[in-house]
Amino acid sequence: MQDETQRLTVIRDADVTIVELTDRKILDEINISQIGDQLGALVGGGTIAPQSEAGTDEDGYRVSQAPAKAGPLKLVLDFASVSHMSSSALGMLITLQKRIRESKGGLRLCNIQTTIYEVFVITRLNEIFQICQTREEAVASLRGWKA
Amino acid sequence: MIPLVKRMVIPSNLKAAREAEDKLLAAVCRCGFKEASTFAVKLALEEGLNNAIKHGNGYDASKTIEISFDVDEKHATITITDQGEGFDPGILPDPTADENLEKPCGRGIMLMRAYMDEVCYNERGNQVRLVKHNT
Repeated sequence: MQDETQRLTVIRDADVTIVELTDRKILDEINISQIGDQLGALVGGGTIAPQSEAGTDEDGYRVSQAPAKAGPLKLVLDFASVSHMSSSALGMLITLQKRIRESKGGLRLCNIQTTIYEVFVITRLNEIFQICQTREEAVASLRGWKA
Repeated sequence: MIPLVKRMVIPSNLKAAREAEDKLLAAVCRCGFKEASTFAVKLALEEGLNNAIKHGNGYDASKTIEISFDVDEKHATITITDQGEGFDPGILPDPTADENLEKPCGRGIMLMRAYMDEVCYNERGNQVRLVKHNT
């Protein structure tokens, strides 16, 4: 089953949800809010986007308006089309991972281009995210995975 | 080629920042910047402008951001000045320290420093000068 949305494509593969970041500039600063809203809707608990106005927590992120409702989510984020990265995007991914962990779910990142992967290495975030080379590898690692 | 020097004053919002960023990146491309150097300039521009809008001017619509830009085939120099009170870049926590790794904020300046050849702040801390050599 495939669900087209404005900024990302969501594909359900049995108990694993795959999100393709379909816009090359999807992680640009100006699009973070929209993608954060959509990812937040998937994992439950409201947006995970950094806030641009009032209503932020101590880290400058939006205070969640909705209680977490989603069950454990096995989520693969496919970066194949992503050619840019920013610190805000990294922050959003950290918040996403935290939200998924809290619900006893699992997150895998895959198909990250070399230039983008370098950003993860420089920030040491390759040490806190589980990054797979391919989507197949990411899905397989979640399929038999339990919290 | 004659160096391209430009000055722009933009309002404190992300849409204006994106338009400025697109203009500057087009200039970098026209000067034949390599892909890796262009990636670095884009990253630093976005981080610098976001900081100016968010932390410098605090999204205050009455405040503006001044951008000056000098690019030729060999280097790009970008200066971003906000109308905020400034800050001390020397006291920022290290985002790669174990205790900060899972914090969602605090990586922008570190990334600028990693990707640009020079990142200098004025004494007040409301102006950053970014230099990238086209190597």
